[in-house]
Amino acid sequence: MRILTTAGMVIGMAFSSAFADSPPLDPQRQNELVRLVRQDCGSCHGMELRGGLGPALTPQILKDKPATTLVSTILHGRPGTPMPPWKNFLSESEADWIVDNLQKGFPDAR
Amino acid sequence: MRARIPALLLLALGVLVGCANTNLRGTGDLGVVIERATGSVQILDTTHRTSLAKVDGLGDLSHASISYSRDARYAYVFGRDGGLTKVDLLTQRIDRRIIQGGNSIGGAISADGKLVAVANYEPGGVKVFDADTLSLVADIPAIGSDGKHSKVVGLVDAPGHRFVFSLYDAGEIWVADMRDPSQPVLRKLTGIGKEPYDGMITSDGRHYAAGLFGEDGVALLDLWDLDAGVRRALVEFGRHGEKLPVYKMPHLEGWATTGSQIVLPAVGKHEVIIADQNSWKEVARIPVAGQVVFAVARPGGREVWLNFAFPHNDTVQVVDLPSRRIVQTLTPGKGVLHLEFSPRGEQVWLSLRDENRIDIYDPDSFARIGTLPAESPSGIFFTVRAHRIGL
Ligand code: HEC
Repeated sequence: MRILTTAGMVIGMAFSSAFADSPPLDPQRQNELVRLVRQDCGSCHGMELRGGLGPALTPQILKDKPATTLVSTILHGRPGTPMPPWKNFLSESEADWIVDNLQKGFPDAR
Repeated sequence: MRARIPALLLLALGVLVGCANTNLRGTGDLGVVIERATGSVQILDTTHRTSLAKVDGLGDLSHASISYSRDARYAYVFGRDGGLTKVDLLTQRIDRRIIQGGNSIGGAISADGKLVAVANYEPGGVKVFDADTLSLVADIPAIGSDGKHSKVVGLVDAPGHRFVFSLYDAGEIWVADMRDPSQPVLRKLTGIGKEPYDGMITSDGRHYAAGLFGEDGVALLDLWDLDAGVRRALVEFGRHGEKLPVYKMPHLEGWATTGSQIVLPAVGKHEVIIADQNSWKEVARIPVAGQVVFAVARPGGREVWLNFAFPHNDTVQVVDLPSRRIVQTLTPGKGVLHLEFSPRGEQVWLSLRDENRIDIYDPDSFARIGTLPAESPSGIFFTVRAHRIGL
C-alpha cells in the first residue's frame, strides 16, 4: 500500500512537471473548458459536479486519486461504462488542466 | 346623493371588470422553460409567443424536469439538488418549495393529482409527496436484490394507482401500487437487463419500456399483465457494427409514439429505429446526424423531430414517417437541448442553451417565427402534459 502510494506520488510529480513544461492554456480556451465541463460533462456528472449518472467530481472525491489515471479516464473513457473518451475534443494538456482544477475545486462558468 | 350611488356602482363595476380582464385566464396555452444556469424558470405563452414572467430561486436546475397538476395551474419542478418546487403559473410565484432528497432526476404525478413522486439518484429511491402540501407520504429506498442502493431512473405514473421506475445499478423494474399511499405495495421485477438508463410508458399506458445501456435492446413490461414478466424487445438493434461513444444519454420520455409506430433513439449508434407499437418489432432504421437525445413526435404523429448529443448539438432533424426519410436538417444554433410542440403541433419551441434563447419554428414551413431571450435554457414543458398518461 505504502509503495503504491509512493509510486502514485512519483507518477503524479512526473505528471505535474510535464504539465509545468507545456505552455499554459490561454484564458479564452480556459473559459471554453469551464463551460464544457459544467455543461457537457455536467449532463452526466451534474452541473455542480456533485454527481448524476456518473460519480461526483468534487475535490473531496478526486484529490487523493492519481491525476494520471483521471487524465487517462477523460481522454480514453472507461470502456464498459457510460464514461466516453474525449480525446477527439481535448488535448492531453487540456485534460491535465481539467483534472488539476477538478482536484482543486472547479471554477464557475463565465 | 342620487347621482353618487350609480357613480360608485359604476366605479365598483369598472374595477370588477378590470380585474376580470387582467386576472382571469386559462393555462392551456402556457408552459415553462428551465433556465439551468440561474436556477430560474420563465412562464411562456404559446398564443402570443411571449414570456409572461420569470420566477427565481429554484436551486440547481441542471437536468430539471416538470410535472403539472391536473388543473394545469401548478408546475412541479424537480431539480438536481433534490429541490421540489411548486410554481403557480397564474400568480407567477413559488407556491411551495422543499429539499426532498439528495439528487433527483425526475418525477411524475398520479392520475388523480394527489401524489407527486420524485426519483432520486443519491441516495437512490423514490419519495412520494402530497401534491398540495408537499409533505412526505412515502419513502421507497431502492435497494436491489444485490443488497445495494441503486440510482432510480425512468419514473412514470401508470393506470391503476401505480408508479413504475427502474433501478439503474441493480437492473430491476419496480411497480409501486399506491392505493394506500402511505403503504406502497411493491412488485419487483429483477434481472431485467444491465443498466436501464431511462424508462417510458406508451401513450396508451399499457407498456413500460426501459432502455438498456449495458446490453442491447429494451426491457419491456406489459402493465396489463405483470405476471407475464419483463421481456426483451428490439435486441437485434444495436447488434450490428461498432458502438460509438455516447456523450449524452438519450431521454426516453420523448420516445415518440405515433399511434401505431414508436420511434426510438439508438444508443451508441447514429440512428433512430422505427418499431411497430403492438409487436415491438423493428420496421425500419434511419441514419441520422448523431446520437439522438430526444425524438419528439409532432401531435398527429406524421413527423418526428430529433435533437442530438455533443458534438452534434447544434443540429435538429425531422423524420417524415410515411416516407421514412429525413425531410429537413436545421442548424438553429449551439446547444439545442430540448424541443416541445404546442398542444396541436402548429409550433415547435427549441431551447438553445449556448445562444441564450428560445426559438419558435413553424413545423410546416420550417421558418423561424419567433425568438425569446432565456439564460441557458434547457427543458421546455407545455401544460398539455398535465393530461397525458405517465407524466
Ligand atoms: C455519458 C455520461 C458521461 C459524460 C458525458 C461524462 N462522464 Fe465522466 N464518467 C461517467 C461515468 C458513468 C463514470 C464512472 C465510470 C466507472 O464506473 O468507473 C465516469 C467517470 C469519470 C471520472 C473518474 C472519476 C473517479 O472517481 O474515478 C472522471 C475524472 C470523469 N468521469 C470526468 C469526466 C469529464 C471531465 C467529462 C467531460 C469532458 C465527463 N466525465 C463526461 C459518465 C460520463
